Amino acid sequence: MIKLEPRAEPSRWLAVLSPLFALSLTVALGVLLFVLLDKDPLSCLQMFFVEPIKNARAIAELSIKVTPLLLIGLGLSLCFRSNVWNIGAEGQFILGSIFATWVALGATPESGTGLLIALLVAGALGGALWAGVTALLRDRFNASEILVSLMLVYVAEQLLAYLVNGPWKDPNGYNFPQTITFLSTARIPRLLEGSRANIGVLLALVSAVGCWIFLHKSFAGYRLDVAGLSPPAARYAGFSARSALWLPLLVSGALAGLAGALEVAGPDGQLTTHVPLGYGFAAIIVAFVGRLDPIGVTFSSVLMSMFFIGGELSQSRLGLPKSITGVFQGLLLFSLLTCDTFVKNKLRFVAVLPRKAAAK
Amino acid sequence: MNELILLFGSSIDSGTPLLLAALGLIINERSGVINLGAEGLMLIAAITGFASALATNNDALALLAGAAAAAVFSAFFGFLVIWLNANQYATGLALSLFGSGFSAFVGIRYTQESLAVAGHHGLLSHHYLVYVAALLTVGLSWFLFRSKAGLVLRAIGESPESAQALGYPVRSIRLAAVVTGGALVGLAGAFVSVVSTPLWVEGMIAGKGWIALALTTFATWRPARALLGAYLFGFVTMLQLHLQGRGVNLPVELLTALPYLATIFVLVLISRNPRWIAANMPTSLGKPFYPGA
Repeated sequence: MIKLEPRAEPSRWLAVLSPLFALSLTVALGVLLFVLLDKDPLSCLQMFFVEPIKNARAIAELSIKVTPLLLIGLGLSLCFRSNVWNIGAEGQFILGSIFATWVALGATPESGTGLLIALLVAGALGGALWAGVTALLRDRFNASEILVSLMLVYVAEQLLAYLVNGPWKDPNGYNFPQTITFLSTARIPRLLEGSRANIGVLLALVSAVGCWIFLHKSFAGYRLDVAGLSPPAARYAGFSARSALWLPLLVSGALAGLAGALEVAGPDGQLTTHVPLGYGFAAIIVAFVGRLDPIGVTFSSVLMSMFFIGGELSQSRLGLPKSITGVFQGLLLFSLLTCDTFVKNKLRFVAVLPRKAAAK
Repeated sequence: MNELILLFGSSIDSGTPLLLAALGLIINERSGVINLGAEGLMLIAAITGFASALATNNDALALLAGAAAAAVFSAFFGFLVIWLNANQYATGLALSLFGSGFSAFVGIRYTQESLAVAGHHGLLSHHYLVYVAALLTVGLSWFLFRSKAGLVLRAIGESPESAQALGYPVRSIRLAAVVTGGALVGLAGAFVSVVSTPLWVEGMIAGKGWIALALTTFATWRPARALLGAYLFGFVTMLQLHLQGRGVNLPVELLTALPYLATIFVLVLISRNPRWIAANMPTSLGKPFYPGA
């Protein structure tokens, strides 16, 4: 008989290897799915793992997806470490894009860097505000942050729809639900001439370094970890339970809001109902696959971006629905959770003994 | 007057999927397992139900197919969280994310199809599942609070260690609760795509799974209160549709957001007193259980 037995200490090697096992498992399941769909598995896998990093142009596209996933994934890692289940990053992302649009709509051809900075700050504030509602209701009224943050996603979607159908609608937009195209002074600067990559990816990488320093080198980061690992220990040490709630929520909200600002003023260039693409939800997987650590999250955000681009390419070139991305994302998280069992537990093969003997 | 009767009647229709899902989740949670995958299960069941209805032209079969599909996925969820002790929150989220991707993927070829609509309007003429759901509420109340099996289920949710010491197979009973509850959640999802709005739209469950999760707290894990809550939410949903139809001078988007705002409002109202929630919540909810320890 096979038995699961808790390890005295979680295996550190397996903790690092588990995401790789999970990825292999997901790829294996993917191959199976492609065969079932009567597609050539090799050319399908190529869409996901080769095409997105094939040349400079592809990598520029990849960086556009990495930006929001990395920013949001970093924030969610802080939340999950502190046992705060913020699953409404999508809503915080939307609020960020709305606040940034508000600044962008006031831009003139003469606006300078100041406006761009204001736009990004406004986005971060918008996201933090939305996350702050969740924190407030949890703090003051004990309302589940899981449900509140998620409900606020639907509310944010409606707010966005209202704005682009109403007050902010482009009068010359043929009645499409969209704002005017932002002036070039309200667009995120590109990294290089002729490439779609913009400075957002640098901001995301800087944020990753910042989060790493916060988590591993600061006392505040340590307090957060303790609060997540053992609330009684945190209480005994006198660490504030309230700041273990507010801090990660506000930071993750701000990062998601910043991602929303970078998206709307970056690749999109106008606010539409298509600005939110589900990065807020995919980033939950990014955070877990990245082991809730900024270094890991950086890698996993690249991986998840490849999933997004692979899905788009599979649709345009192989006629597969784009939603295959969602299937793979879900499978990856399932595989990871399964593999993680063996980080904390080990398998033992035990001989089946007669009942009496076993009872001794 | 007639309009009012129609409004109340349709509130019950629209509250029924919430009720079915909430009952299923109450069974889960009474055993100590929280399933954040309800939204995903409902989506999987909705597309399974819709596809089966198209293929067989048989409502009952389609609803059962939806329930069965959700039961299979809940069994997988149950295996992960009960035997492998995976984090219940993370695994539930995985199920929700997977369900939304999977249903969109499978459903892509069904987006143009629609089923023949059977009219069920008025205060007293509903789809039979509406009555079944109400009866199930009574049945589940009886089961939980009047039967020995229900007592065992609740005991496992309160203290799995004690239940095991008394010789009950905690894990198997939890799995049974997760699968049964999941099937009910699936029935709710299939009801949406087969009966309420007989078509398939990506993400058509639109948060009903999450609202049902909120309802279990609202109901303090009691079936009768879940019925009340579900119908109340059905009323809020129908009221806003009704107001939209009458061209009330409010933004459509605000009206559409109402059920979600109401959920937040109700959660705040009910959770305000942490001691009351603590007294009602199954003590082991969401916590892993190691039988060896």
